[in-house]
Amino acid sequence: MDRKITPVSKIFLVIIFFILYAPIFFLIFYSFNSGGNMNNFEGFTFDWYKELFQDTRLLIIVLNTLVVALLAALFSTIIGVMGALGIHAARRRQTKNTLLSINNVLIVSPDVIIGASFLVLFTMAGIKLGFYSVLLSHIAFCVPIVVLMVLPKLSEMSPTLLDAARDLGASRLDVITKVVLPYITPGIFAGFFMALTFSLDDFAVTFFVTGNGFSTLSVEIYSLARRGISLNINALSTLLFLFTLILVVIYYFINQRQQKPVLGGRK
Amino acid sequence: MENKVTRQLYMVPYVLWIVLFVIAPILLVLYYSFFNIEGQLSLDNYQKFFTPVYLKMTLSSFWYAFLITAITLLVAYPTAYLLTKTKHKHLWLLLIIVPSWINLLLKAYAFLGIFGTFGAANQFLELIGIGTQQILFTDFSFIFVSVYIFIPFMILPIFNSLNQLNPTLLDAANDLGASKWMTFKRVIFPLTIDGVKSGCQVVFIPALSLFMLTRLIAGNRVITLGTAIEQHFLVTQDWGMGSTIAVFLIIFMFLIMFLTGTKKRGV
Repeated sequence: MDRKITPVSKIFLVIIFFILYAPIFFLIFYSFNSGGNMNNFEGFTFDWYKELFQDTRLLIIVLNTLVVALLAALFSTIIGVMGALGIHAARRRQTKNTLLSINNVLIVSPDVIIGASFLVLFTMAGIKLGFYSVLLSHIAFCVPIVVLMVLPKLSEMSPTLLDAARDLGASRLDVITKVVLPYITPGIFAGFFMALTFSLDDFAVTFFVTGNGFSTLSVEIYSLARRGISLNINALSTLLFLFTLILVVIYYFINQRQQKPVLGGRK
Repeated sequence: MENKVTRQLYMVPYVLWIVLFVIAPILLVLYYSFFNIEGQLSLDNYQKFFTPVYLKMTLSSFWYAFLITAITLLVAYPTAYLLTKTKHKHLWLLLIIVPSWINLLLKAYAFLGIFGTFGAANQFLELIGIGTQQILFTDFSFIFVSVYIFIPFMILPIFNSLNQLNPTLLDAANDLGASKWMTFKRVIFPLTIDGVKSGCQVVFIPALSLFMLTRLIAGNRVITLGTAIEQHFLVTQDWGMGSTIAVFLIIFMFLIMFLTGTKKRGV
């Protein structure tokens, strides 16, 4: 394959990257604007950041969001890993495929459907809308992602490893805790991080199942943005961008580790 | 048979998840769709769905989703193709994906500033002599912002399938005298059609249901199926009608998945 890139295509790529990043840097740029709008830059200021850190309500919301995301990632990872082990262990091909299709329903469903149907579910079950309803729905839509991240690792694992462990007298529990789980750890971490980012990013589902008293960052940004422009949001987005970059770097390193050859791996 | 029981035991949380959060919500939505606004069992909602108002909305929702998917594909395919030819292609791909990790609402909010009456886009139009235009709250802004948001999701699967393409096939095509366009039409595109399909699937289904963008960017000018569901569930509290639209959206979703279904499993 010819590896040359013509100048025209270079310009095309530059334009794409520009379009992708311009709005983000636009937000960050105006977060330092003393003018109070996103039209003309009057002077440099940190006021919006100061205001942001004095806004205790918003800080509580940030904390809520983080707690929900961490708990949702944790629980969905546990359930997801169990599910992946189960799907992997399924003998019949048809069972496997059915389970996989059901697993993917929540991934392809639009957020609105997930949100609306969970709202109906929680109302019918009598669960009060608030922290628990949000947490439960976040766990629910993160589980299939974890399953999808863990399954490839499981199918990559050589069955001879399990045979060897059993020959050497390992019990069923030993096989899982000492052989299988260490082997799929990179997949578990990747699943955990994906679940974390999905939960942090979610707006639509949370919007449906959150009550009056409880709010996450996305919902708060939505209601602020509907009221119009306020540079607090810009300051917030700068911080979130930095946070995202940190997550990306962590994720990148996990991926790097994953690519290292593992003993017994079958490629 | 104790052995089998313990083996099935770790499937319990996962199966519970499937029953509670995948199957139950869909059934509940279906159940609710048979209740009219007075809470009586009836087919009113389905009759209402087939009135011109709702049919027109469904059609326009599909039209917008189609436009968004088509434009995203037109931008994403060449980008993915060029990315596979760059030197550090995985790093560049990561840089394409990073913006998709930024909260969707923040990106929408950025466009409120950019497309505003005195915003950056209008300042630019003023500068080149076209003059200030109404950009925000138009179909154009809705489609532009949607395309912007979906580009990374379309690039990822196409990049993956282009990356798996065996370069010797291109050499073969070249040796046999195929022109560049011929090679693309007969070799590259057919072999990467799976990536295109899953990309379209990832874009089209959410594009039918983005309600936050229609609210923030299109100023209620564009009503998609998602907007209608949100309206019925959270504003007018007509859960029956909302559920009916949701049922149709679920049906459309399965149809689209069936049409763009790929034989390969996994992401």
